[in-house]
Amino acid sequence: MIKMTDVFKVYDKGIKALKGVTFTLNDGEFAFLVGPSGSGKSTIIKLLNGEIAPTDGAVMVNGYNMNKIKMRKMPYLRRTLGVVFQDLRLINEKTVYENVAFAMRVIGATNKEIRARVPYILKLVGLEHKTGMTPPELSGGEKQRVAIARALVNDPQLIIADEPTSDLDPARKLEIFMLLQEINKLGTTVFVVTHEKTIVDRLSERVIAIDGGRIISDGMDGYYNYEVE
Amino acid sequence: MKLSRNRTGYYIKEGVVSIFTHGLMSFASVCIIVAFLIIMGSFALIALNINAVVGELENENIILVYIDEHLTENEARAIGTRLLATPNVTSARFITREEALTAFIGRYENTERFKDVDATWLRHRYNVFVEDIELISQTRDDLADIYGVAKATANLRIAQGLVTLRNIVSGASVIIVAVLLVISLFIMSNTIKLAAFERREEIAIMKMVGATNSFIRWPFIYEGFILGVFGSSAAFAALWALYGLVADRAIDVESGLISLISFSTVSVPLFVVFTVIGFGVGVGGCGMALNRYLKV
Ligand SMILES: Nc1ncnc2c1ncn2[C@@H]1O[C@H](COP(=O)(O)OP(=O)(O)OP(=O)(O)O)[C@@H](O)[C@H]1O
Ligand SMILES: [Mg+2]
Repeated sequence: MIKMTDVFKVYDKGIKALKGVTFTLNDGEFAFLVGPSGSGKSTIIKLLNGEIAPTDGAVMVNGYNMNKIKMRKMPYLRRTLGVVFQDLRLINEKTVYENVAFAMRVIGATNKEIRARVPYILKLVGLEHKTGMTPPELSGGEKQRVAIARALVNDPQLIIADEPTSDLDPARKLEIFMLLQEINKLGTTVFVVTHEKTIVDRLSERVIAIDGGRIISDGMDGYYNYEVE
Repeated sequence: MKLSRNRTGYYIKEGVVSIFTHGLMSFASVCIIVAFLIIMGSFALIALNINAVVGELENENIILVYIDEHLTENEARAIGTRLLATPNVTSARFITREEALTAFIGRYENTERFKDVDATWLRHRYNVFVEDIELISQTRDDLADIYGVAKATANLRIAQGLVTLRNIVSGASVIIVAVLLVISLFIMSNTIKLAAFERREEIAIMKMVGATNSFIRWPFIYEGFILGVFGSSAAFAALWALYGLVADRAIDVESGLISLISFSTVSVPLFVVFTVIGFGVGVGGCGMALNRYLKV
């Protein structure tokens, strides 16, 4: 569950990234967040996982009030999320397998659980043959799939993905989006930032469009009603 | 999934890996701990030995109190209680002039020439034992002031020399230990800081996927712990060997005065202190280093 109410974010140098954003994404829902570069999409995502705090307005995520959350509680909020970061944030020194496994280890999974789950997830994103390689040895699309695998591995309540498919070929793109839809049908809330107009059009889901830090449309029309540059 | 699981194996593995990824710095911090502990240990052993010698001197140590020759033996014996009432006096043994003479003659082989010596040439006396050798000259003066005491003598030079030496050694130890402790904490904390800096992105990523601070801290604590324990064990072994060499020499010389305390009598407390310091420096240095990287 995501609930933003009149949220403002002003960065250090006076840059106003968000100017009164309000929307709600209920449990079990699926939504795309679209908008031109610099419109504030990643800023919204960073507010959701507690990386930054709002300048004004209220942010609720999975029952946690992000305005009041204590540093001590932050890990437990983050465990309810699976985030695919725009910059991926993989650990270059660790293998593909370890990059996914350590997300499980962090939350207290046993080696047995890890050995059972990680290969399954890596197969799901088509990386079963690359488990021993490190991120620098992978293509951009393969790295994105590692990041997706890491976001999925703990079976989170809410999946947040910031342009998870920009480096993938068209067939893979569709595959990943269908996978996210599949996961959503099993009850996980999904919130995806993307520029993929054709795919958004095909999948007929809710689309939230943002420009200049303001939401300019939010509808179930199932098409991408905002022209992206 | 349950939250509390035994992850010690993982933490130790990560800590060991980290030690080797910046091996030079780890090596430097072990060396500094070893050097620190050897120096500290040497001072401790020197101080302990001086203390042992001083303690021995205190045992046989003695102010000789000569009683005025005009007093009778009974009167002389009566003074004993007054001697005991003097501060710093632990006991006083009365020696009659006859006993003193016998003891005196007993020191020589040819006793013939003492045939004519009469006990009345000597005075009744006391061997007075003191509690604290440092106060011996004060005590001697106090005893000399007692009515009926003709003279009180003490071997001040040895006593005072030893006391001064002991004070210097313990004073120097305190300063050296303090300085070295700060230096080794600093080096250790830099090692861990370096390790944390190299892994700052990894730490930030871990926090993003929901790692608690303690999950991130533990491998570093183990790293510091392993380095600390390694350093203290090495220092302990080195000091043991070193002390053995010195003690052998000392016994060879056999000057009679120097008899070193054996290493085994101090090995247990020394080992405990070393381990505690190794542990403290390792884990303490780690705590100082890490906080900056956890605020993400
Ligand atoms: N850490 C920061 N400090 C200052 N300004 C920032 C910071 N992060 C983002 N901004 C600014 O805030 C605005 C919104 O940035 P944001 O990253 O949310 O855009 P975006 O919609 O994700 O763009 P893109 O599609 O290119 O990823 C931009 O003008 C950007 O320059
Ligand atoms: Mg962005």
